[in-house]
Amino acid sequence: MLTIENLYVSINGTPLLEGINLSIGDGETVILFGPNGSGKTTLLYTIMGIGGYEVTEGRILFNDEDITHIPAYERSRKGIGMSMQRPPSIHGLKTRGLVEMCAGKRTVDVEALAKKVNLESFLDRDINLGFSGGEIKRSEILQLMAQRPKLLLFDEPESGVDVENMALVGNMARELLEGPSEPDAQHTLHDLMHERKTSGLIITHTGHILDYITADRGHVLYSGHLCCADNPKRILDHLKKYGYKECIRCLS
Amino acid sequence: MKVDLSKYEFTGHASEKVDDLTRLDKGEKESMKMAGFDASEKNRSASFVQIDHNHAFCKSYDPGVEILPLGLALKIHEGWGDLKWKLLKPEKDEFTRLAADSTHGGYVIRVKKGAKLTAPIQSCLMMHTNKVGQNVHNIILVEEGAEAHILSGCTTTLADQTAAHIGISEFYVEKNASLTFTMIHNWGENVEVRPRSAGQVETGGIFLSNYVSLKPVKNLQMYPAITLKGAGSIARFNSVIVSTENTFMDVGNRVILDAADTRTEIISHAIASGGHIIARGHIQANCSPAKGHLECQGLLLNNGIIQAIPELDGRMEGVELSHEAAVGKIAKEELEYLMIRGMDEEEASSAIVRGFLNIDIMGLPPELKTEIDKAITESEKSMF
Repeated sequence: MLTIENLYVSINGTPLLEGINLSIGDGETVILFGPNGSGKTTLLYTIMGIGGYEVTEGRILFNDEDITHIPAYERSRKGIGMSMQRPPSIHGLKTRGLVEMCAGKRTVDVEALAKKVNLESFLDRDINLGFSGGEIKRSEILQLMAQRPKLLLFDEPESGVDVENMALVGNMARELLEGPSEPDAQHTLHDLMHERKTSGLIITHTGHILDYITADRGHVLYSGHLCCADNPKRILDHLKKYGYKECIRCLS
Repeated sequence: MKVDLSKYEFTGHASEKVDDLTRLDKGEKESMKMAGFDASEKNRSASFVQIDHNHAFCKSYDPGVEILPLGLALKIHEGWGDLKWKLLKPEKDEFTRLAADSTHGGYVIRVKKGAKLTAPIQSCLMMHTNKVGQNVHNIILVEEGAEAHILSGCTTTLADQTAAHIGISEFYVEKNASLTFTMIHNWGENVEVRPRSAGQVETGGIFLSNYVSLKPVKNLQMYPAITLKGAGSIARFNSVIVSTENTFMDVGNRVILDAADTRTEIISHAIASGGHIIARGHIQANCSPAKGHLECQGLLLNNGIIQAIPELDGRMEGVELSHEAAVGKIAKEELEYLMIRGMDEEEASSAIVRGFLNIDIMGLPPELKTEIDKAITESEKSMF
């Protein structure tokens, strides 16, 4: 699904990512750990094609196609979707309108989707204006449900979300990645498991999202370098115990 | 900006009365519609039409509304003469002087004590002849406890028409009365416009003003002033303006908080798409407690110019006045946010501009909202 080869990224001449290699297969979910300022969001923005970052070396392939230099909307139309951590509010643009636009040419039942994330009463409000942390996450998920990306980039699903909302956000993130999880008359559990095609790249500090989704792999991004590839829960355990100082030893 | 008034014909363009608005020609009806006037008069409490130098139509459908052409109103109601040139003075400038010397009429609207109108009153001040200069004087009186929405449209009917419009308006909102006054300008690029307006609001009264101007105009300058005279009175202004190439607009609102517990909010959304806008605002607070907020949001496109000049004038301890102004191009973060949802740059810009010009807050009738949305789509063509 996604292949990043020897990626070097800088902004205004300052290098931020150095020699990133990362590959995410179809249906695979990868967790990205790393301290503040290590370049996690930069990596997500660069994959998405926003933020004014300059790729100085290397390339990004999406389904074997080089997308390193194409505009963000083309990446979006090819199937990359992103949940932003702090999306801007837009005066006069209603949540409903944006969700409809996210669906592109498809028509979606906005009300039904909004109901799933408890945002029915937000549909006629200006997008993100005065939304709480949890409401922003739910609204991002709502937009992504309409957009149906093949690769989901999720920047900190937990930030600003209270305990109660975390379950909702976590379950909805799982649904975005795995589709509906309950078998019904048309779909056996076996079918559902094999239909799963959405890949994910998720940034987390706390790891709470791991209570809700199944992640295949974890990586640590430290000071612009990708290190470690392991079971995400194990990485999290190590980080809790030793912090990031072992990453320094690893990289030196 | 100087207006050469000698270029315009302020005499000799008396228009004929119109008995049936639906018989107006299509071009006239279209331009009226763009100015918020519905010739079919569906869901309207009263209608007034002025064409060039005199009124063409004037009718009330609600016993709560008295609507008369200015001359007749002053003949019938002796006391009403006192309402003329009370809040504005003829010697203010050359435009008020000209209007005082040769008034071509205008309307007097009286919403009777306690009348709560469900349907809006509509008026249209139209200039039909090339080179015409039009002076009108309007008086609006909303009596105690009454509630009304007045849609006041101003328009020219010919493309490329050269014309000048001077409109004097005086507003009286009495105790606990509420007036929503929506002014829609539908001018052309050779039209010079000088509205002169003032109003006063008494105890517990509410004055809500909406202003929409999306079409080009050669130059327009106005600075209506509302005085909140009575305790607890409120004035709120919402303006949405677009200035395209060769359009100069110097517009703003002034509010004087002259009693305790008064409140005002002046909010303007201005797009200079190749045009030039001076966005003014002035809140003067003479009594406490009083609250005022002034906000100007400006978007620059196609080398437009916006000069925001906010002025807060607190004259008593305990008043709370604030202002917020932002002028710039479309925010990159907003564009990118929409682009990651699949919109290309033009689609994203358009969605942001439409949101920026959003008029939901104005509470307009649906058919007028549709008209304005159409005008926004039209004006977008010159933006991107």
